[in-house]
Amino acid sequence: MSYFSEIYNGIKTLLTGMSVTGKYFLHSRKGAITQQYPDNRATLKMFDRFRGEVIMPHDENNEHRCTGCQKCEIACPNGSIEIIWDRGIDEYTGKKKKNIDKFVYHLSLCTMCGLCIDACPTDAIIWGQNFENSVYDRTKLTRVLNRPGSKLAPGVED
Amino acid sequence: MILIALAYLGFFAVAGLMLVLLERRIAAWFQLRIGPNRVGPQGLLQTMADALKLVSKELTGTVKADKFLYNLAPYFVIITSLMALAVFPFSQKIQAFDINIGIFFLIAISSIGVIGILLGGWASNNKYSLIGAMRSGVQTISYELSVGLSLLTMILLTGSLQLSEIVETQKHGWLIVQGHVPAIIAFMIYMIAGTAETNRAPFDLVEAESELGAGFHTEYSGMKFAYFFLAEFINMFIIAAIATTVFFGAWLSPFGITESIPWLGVFWFLLKAMVLVFLMMWFRWTFPRLRIDQLLTLEWKYLLPINLVNIILMALLVWNNLIIKF
Amino acid sequence: MEEATVIDKNFKTEPYQINMGPQHPATHGVLNLLLTIDGEIIKKVEPDLGYIHRSIEKMCEADSYQQIVHLTDRMDYLSANINNEAVCLVVEKALELEVPDRVKVIRTIIGELTRISSHCLWWGVMGMDVGALTTYFYGFRDREMLNDIFEETCGARLTMNYNVPGGLMFDIHPNFVKRVKKFIKHFKTKIPEYDRLLTGNVIFQKRTKGVGVLSKEDAISFGTSGPVARASGVSCDVRKHHPYSALDRVTFKEALKTEGDTFARYQVRIMELWESLSIVEQLIDNIPEGEYREKTNAVIKLPKGEYYQKVETARGELGVYVISTGTKNPYRFKFRSPGFSNLSALNHMAVGGKIGDLVAIMATLDLVIPDIDR
Repeated sequence: MSYFSEIYNGIKTLLTGMSVTGKYFLHSRKGAITQQYPDNRATLKMFDRFRGEVIMPHDENNEHRCTGCQKCEIACPNGSIEIIWDRGIDEYTGKKKKNIDKFVYHLSLCTMCGLCIDACPTDAIIWGQNFENSVYDRTKLTRVLNRPGSKLAPGVED
Repeated sequence: MILIALAYLGFFAVAGLMLVLLERRIAAWFQLRIGPNRVGPQGLLQTMADALKLVSKELTGTVKADKFLYNLAPYFVIITSLMALAVFPFSQKIQAFDINIGIFFLIAISSIGVIGILLGGWASNNKYSLIGAMRSGVQTISYELSVGLSLLTMILLTGSLQLSEIVETQKHGWLIVQGHVPAIIAFMIYMIAGTAETNRAPFDLVEAESELGAGFHTEYSGMKFAYFFLAEFINMFIIAAIATTVFFGAWLSPFGITESIPWLGVFWFLLKAMVLVFLMMWFRWTFPRLRIDQLLTLEWKYLLPINLVNIILMALLVWNNLIIKF
Repeated sequence: MEEATVIDKNFKTEPYQINMGPQHPATHGVLNLLLTIDGEIIKKVEPDLGYIHRSIEKMCEADSYQQIVHLTDRMDYLSANINNEAVCLVVEKALELEVPDRVKVIRTIIGELTRISSHCLWWGVMGMDVGALTTYFYGFRDREMLNDIFEETCGARLTMNYNVPGGLMFDIHPNFVKRVKKFIKHFKTKIPEYDRLLTGNVIFQKRTKGVGVLSKEDAISFGTSGPVARASGVSCDVRKHHPYSALDRVTFKEALKTEGDTFARYQVRIMELWESLSIVEQLIDNIPEGEYREKTNAVIKLPKGEYYQKVETARGELGVYVISTGTKNPYRFKFRSPGFSNLSALNHMAVGGKIGDLVAIMATLDLVIPDIDR
């Protein structure tokens, strides 16, 4: 009679389901995929291409590679980059050349799309790996990416 | 007398808190994660921290709620849960209240608990709470039948409703062994109906979080919410304890191996109850929820007829003396 | 014997309106449903949209074409890569630009992996909505492996922005092929486990069989697409009828069922998981060598005219419609979102059922509200 076979099949499927969760219960020591975050900072390593925030690398003579071409400012969809620049005389060739005064980066507006890094012709800006950016004061999220006293590395053309 | 009552109250309040923590850790192990393990060693003080948080919350109430009933509802639930704990035989000597209608008392007390839920839902003056409370009322009255009938099947073997007498007859072998086939069927029905009585998954559409809000205790906050919550866990323990007493021989050790050390009885009782509590938790985290009409179909079309046939079967077995006695 | 007491024949009930409000654990986002219920039976369901409208289409009118790609990430965030692919395809179609083979194959592989990831999340949430709370964690565990693959290659887990008009932003990571193969092997043992835990379960089958039936004619007239329509017997897979990228080189079966109830929609998605795995397996071993990006101008201007491209996201058919007047910003950019049409069938399916059925139906419609309210 289908009444009894229904009951029998029902109980069989319920026990199969319980066996799946039971198996995970028994392997819970090794199987847990939780990472205990603030305690494991020492061994935490992000992937190379991880998009933390935009940074401008400086070499050991405090020189960067940004020529002030403004291609990143035009590529950014919502105005997170503002470049304050000025025309000066290039010391090596004697011609007029743009140089940057401040590279202002609004981390609070940035959507991490990567179009600025894609548009830069001299690899002046790259992705940094720091993701712990929470602050108590919102003005700290507006950063100036070029360090004080730094200048353009020689031989960089855009 | 008052000292015994206070001792029980203290012990079971703490036990309730430990049960909550145990549920959270076991749930985590089923779900591939680690449960609370930061507050205190292995997270033992977690529920303490939660209880402190609940005590410090503001007791809000809606404007149009019926004040008297709204305040009364949680007390119904917690008081009946704690009252039921008085009759269990934890050991040969430790039993607070040994009356000769033990099982009947337990079933009657659990019926009073339903009133608390219905009052809570109605008095909150909230559509979601009302729907939740009505569903719960229907569910509980239907499943009490199954609980009562499956316990009655086992009483046929012992001939007495008094709990200490039931444990005496189990000295010839646990009742689930004595009554072989019908006893096993009665146990399975009892576990299903017991889980439904306490409104736990898979029968928890009363407090289904994915459906309407949080059911009948949506409008409660602070200590009153803690009462509902704690009462649910203590009810779970009570169902497991009843099953241990009636089916698995309360404080008796298997094959009588430690009969010479009487105080070890408490340990055996708690061990058996904990295994059954674990089984109920396993059900909760594996199965989806039943809809209200499917729940009622399960009870009235499947569990009740099987229960009635089972009682007749057990009666025939006892009459012809076909039970297994050691 | 006197007669029984007269029952008051004027005792009537009236239906009552309830708000399954914008914040609700079962509505997958901010969706407000106005339910008119009579006891437990539903009489009418009215969705009330607009809580997450961010004017994406208006923003597109002020952005250049490369910038529009990053906005589509945020529409249907579970199939972000496929949305990006749609915009890139429409721009390449308008410019009549031929992308290298390598780009096509990689775009298809990443698109199918995105589909698997979206269905894993769907399965986890489906279990959670009907009450089996552990399925959520098992679905997310598998999704984490996919997120690691995406993070290693594209740099981000959710809003990838990896496609650009003309190709890919950078080449795939050297570990990509190895990781994808390991994932395929691992996932093939997991889908049978999903079946054992949820599909075969008697409680789940009783909750979903016969619930929320959508007939074939209704599916076509509401304009549904994707798994919702395929479960009612409408053969509408864009990957089969209008193939794009490398989809014309792979063989796969279209998942079709005819009953049209919730269980059929569930089974269609599980079948799609198997089919996507087989597509990735066919392509992963021979990714052709070559360029990963075709050079375009820095400022892209589409010639004057109207262009349309459709793709198959995890939810259904996404259409992208551009009207360009020859300048660097489009004149009008319209998205035909699959969720909007699928949602319109909800009233028809849910009337006459109970509230528990409504939750199960919404779980199988697989709505992502930001997709509907762009």
